Amino acid sequence: MHDVATHDDSKGQYFWVWGALLVLTAIEVWLGYRQVFAPVRMLEVLLALSVVKSALIIGYFMHLKFERPLMRWLLVLSVVACFIIMYFFFFPDAGRILRLGVK
Amino acid sequence: MADATLQHDAVGHGFAGAYEAPLFGAYSKKVGMWLFLASDSLTFGALLVAFSYNRISNPAWPTPFAVQSITNATIMTACLLSSSLTMVLGVFAAQRGDRAWTRNWLLATMVFGTAFIVLHGMEWSHLIEEGMTPFSNPWAPSVPQFGGTFFTLTGMHMLHVTIGVIYLGVIAFRKWFLPVLAAIWIGGYFLIPASNIFHYGIHALGLGLIVATVVLFLKPKDYDAHDVEVSGLYWHFVDLVWMFIFPLVYLMSTKIVS
Repeated sequence: MHDVATHDDSKGQYFWVWGALLVLTAIEVWLGYRQVFAPVRMLEVLLALSVVKSALIIGYFMHLKFERPLMRWLLVLSVVACFIIMYFFFFPDAGRILRLGVK
Repeated sequence: MADATLQHDAVGHGFAGAYEAPLFGAYSKKVGMWLFLASDSLTFGALLVAFSYNRISNPAWPTPFAVQSITNATIMTACLLSSSLTMVLGVFAAQRGDRAWTRNWLLATMVFGTAFIVLHGMEWSHLIEEGMTPFSNPWAPSVPQFGGTFFTLTGMHMLHVTIGVIYLGVIAFRKWFLPVLAAIWIGGYFLIPASNIFHYGIHALGLGLIVATVVLFLKPKDYDAHDVEVSGLYWHFVDLVWMFIFPLVYLMSTKIVS
């Protein structure tokens, strides 16, 4: 709650973030429906856009941008560490995709 | 501000020194919610990786989502994004001490969340009518895992949204929300045809009613701005997860009709 006074007066930025999220969603729908890329490349592009959208949600809507740096870094590093550990569990199987020859 | 508030509470109750200073400049329940969300992200992360792996490794993966489904899912996405905005406005109203607008914004968030659940339920019903089950699908019999991964992933998310709506209802209306929830549960059970999966799925509201009743009667309190903020974290997380489910599940399986 230390952040109440610091960002209450700039409420407009949340409307901009909301608009940006809607625009990014529209781009995703356009890419998906036009099937601009092959499945693997499409997955990469859609995931990249999703990461941008999630960063906006976490940073602004969840107010992590306004938290203390210690809490911010602790949470981000914890989640990243967990995903790295999880990645090593999935990596052997995920690598098989390349050998399966899926285009 | 968190430090100051905690010290004030401690002194005011004559328990100076009884409370520890906040570790990260935040209340413990806020840190607790963040940690819960971090652990929950692993649950969804595993489900999303499983779905994506199956999607990419199966060239015969079905693509049943035509214009109607994509439009429906896009509206659902807009509902969740808009609900996040109203949630933020609700948190601001709570921090101003404006109780009426806090309730109004939380109610708006609940309406968007409910719209999402209803639209998603319609989508599920449509797919089930076409013959899709957790173990098979009519579009690609050689890829039976489509139904299992789809229903598990989207079902888990729908459950989270349902819990979120109940959570916000408890925060916004406290005990007044319980009879409303009971009415929706009972009414839904009798109004939804027995052939529809949600005739039974709506009992999730019954379980939510029991949990909410126990929580409200064991610890009756007037929820403050901190509680609204913590509930907002949960709600935004639900929104966040959908930002991955929507493209991976729907946009990666779009049916193009030329």
